[in-house]
Amino acid sequence: MRAVEAVMECLKAEGVEVVFGYPGGANIPTYDGFVDAGIRHILVRHEAGAGHAAAGYAKATGKVGVVLSTSGPGATNLVTPIMDAMMDSVPIVFITGQVRTELLGTDGFQEADTLGITMPAVKHSWMIQHPLEVPRVVHEAFHVARTGRPGPVLIDFPSDLSQADIPYEPVSDVQLPGYQVTTEGNVKQIRQAAKALASAKRPVLYAGGGIILSGAAAELTELATADRFPVTTTLNGLGGFPASNEQWLGMLGMHGTRAANYAMDEADLICAIGARFDDRVTGKLSEFAPRAKFIHIDIDPAEISKNVPAHIPIVGDAKSVLARLVAEYRALEADPGRLEEWWQRIHGWQERHPLTYEDSADSEIKPQRALQAIYEATGGEAIVSVDVGQHQMWAAQYYRFEQPRRWLSSSGLGTMGFGLPAAVGAAVGCPDDTVVCVTGDGSIQMNIQELATCVIERLPVKILIINNGYLGMVRQWQQLFWDKRYSEVDLGNVPDFVKLAEAYGATGIRLDDKATLMDGLKQALATEGPVVVDIRVTREENVYPMITPGAAAREMVG
Amino acid sequence: MSVVGDPGTKADLLSLEDLEASGRMRTGRKHVLSILVENKPGVLTRIAGLFARRGFNIDTLTVGPTDDDHISRVTLTVDGAVHPMDQVTKQLHKLVNVLKIRDLDPTDTVAREMALFKVAADGAQRAEVLQLCEIFRGKVVDVTRRSIIIEITGTTDKVEALEAQLRPFGLIEMMRTGEIAISRGRGET
Repeated sequence: MRAVEAVMECLKAEGVEVVFGYPGGANIPTYDGFVDAGIRHILVRHEAGAGHAAAGYAKATGKVGVVLSTSGPGATNLVTPIMDAMMDSVPIVFITGQVRTELLGTDGFQEADTLGITMPAVKHSWMIQHPLEVPRVVHEAFHVARTGRPGPVLIDFPSDLSQADIPYEPVSDVQLPGYQVTTEGNVKQIRQAAKALASAKRPVLYAGGGIILSGAAAELTELATADRFPVTTTLNGLGGFPASNEQWLGMLGMHGTRAANYAMDEADLICAIGARFDDRVTGKLSEFAPRAKFIHIDIDPAEISKNVPAHIPIVGDAKSVLARLVAEYRALEADPGRLEEWWQRIHGWQERHPLTYEDSADSEIKPQRALQAIYEATGGEAIVSVDVGQHQMWAAQYYRFEQPRRWLSSSGLGTMGFGLPAAVGAAVGCPDDTVVCVTGDGSIQMNIQELATCVIERLPVKILIINNGYLGMVRQWQQLFWDKRYSEVDLGNVPDFVKLAEAYGATGIRLDDKATLMDGLKQALATEGPVVVDIRVTREENVYPMITPGAAAREMVG
Repeated sequence: MSVVGDPGTKADLLSLEDLEASGRMRTGRKHVLSILVENKPGVLTRIAGLFARRGFNIDTLTVGPTDDDHISRVTLTVDGAVHPMDQVTKQLHKLVNVLKIRDLDPTDTVAREMALFKVAADGAQRAEVLQLCEIFRGKVVDVTRRSIIIEITGTTDKVEALEAQLRPFGLIEMMRTGEIAISRGRGET
């Protein structure tokens, strides 16, 4: 059997249904394998699109994404999606073509040191050095990508080796002596955590993307409702706790709610679960949650005490640790009355500082209103992929998620151009769901070419462009912190997104009047196939509230 | 930390005041990490790259084979006054090719390095240099009319002491290997 056919067998054995990719010189042999393999392949229009599509697929389905590209530029075009997946812990297997082994190190045509270039951005990587290694390496790659703290892995595959004839034998187990994952938390530590929670008077549960990755949303709700613990999540943790639950404080951090940030600031105990105390969450680190003790639950030991020292560290999988923690906590029969005062204080903040904005007096559409309308028009049940910038923050604030894996955001790396391909991946992985891509007029142009993929693959993605003609977030910072000296942020009125959509064979709609906004959105959602909605919004609107860069959480403005 | 009982005993809930945080501690001393790694291409790059991007400084680094062809040993020294050692070791553990890390306890470890000193030693100075070499139990491995090369093995302190003594004579060049270390007693390092 040719080595590429062995790759196909391995992919099938791993349950791969779909691969996102782009062929080129060095991976033509691999693409030949697809002709008979019976694995769906989505041909993107740029390798970065393949990488982000695999991320969208993985985030929406919980399965491992698979990406193929050729050597050289094909591989370097994947650097951004690889780093993106690393920052958000997304399980993706990247298989890059490489020049023939005899050309390695000679600056051959389309040769790049892919392993070297991607090394700081992968969880692990392999270069195939002998065709007999192929099955073992592919299975090791999937194992490393999906277990523990998930992440991107890469296999670099020289084209001559991919054509070699090998005896294929299925690999049943993976042996990586240097790779061990602790999933069960230490029982004594969990008991300590339960006691700490039971004696806390101002506790907060602070959950991150780990809740989603671990499938622990139900367990988080269990723990929260085992008493009346207030819950906040990070940007990446949205959907990990139902927004309709009265114990939900909203997102925390730079553009989080005041209630969430003030609660962190005054907490006496913070229980962090699958979160990593990112600077966008903590604000000024030295003034972050100054009164709090910390329980930190994470499957990655290196995250514990990285930014904030943990008093009770628990290394393990959030789902199993939380289940155990709930049981231990219930056994303590803590007095729920002790949280009464705390809730009064939180309710005070919630009443005084709800998420709000000033609506326009005329027909102009405020971007926040657009997001509220999108939430209502989709019944709050869509899979929402976003790009990066103001629209992302408004979406995080105004789209209220009830379930995990509905919110697809490039949260750690903040990659403009993530939204549309991520929506492609989600639409492929979840064909029965409504998939919308909320994007900006800046971000959408960073991977607009994937509109062709949507049309060709008949993916009914609804692309909702919050169009203010600006790189809005940078403009906001220039306005607030740089004396309104606007520098290179005005994108002008180009292109005409409606005509562009039509040129691609999609439907284009423009909405610029708040009176027709809701009907327009409903019409777009009811239209078959991919639709681009150009929503013209107030040009100079700011995202509030805000922890200004370098400031403490209690000093929120706006 | 307060004493805690079994679940169900409400009487002795944990006192938050008594909890002390660990982690991010600076130990204030030099650490010798003895690391077993899979003998695979790129392993050293992964370790060096990890240190570079996390801003950790490697003071010395040696790599050599072990009695198993598939496994190499990396010995590196890091300043625990500057870097949080638990972050350094935890991040190293995340590398798939890293099999085992030991942060060697200095009181329970034999550590040695080798150095070669090329000293300008002509005429009257020569006798003095040779005498120093003998005191430090060094070995003369090359002699020309105008120079001597001295080989010395020992602890870092000893190597540095000889270096300080030789410098006034005119130290033309110096090569040091960096430390290798092994734990005392029967147990494996």
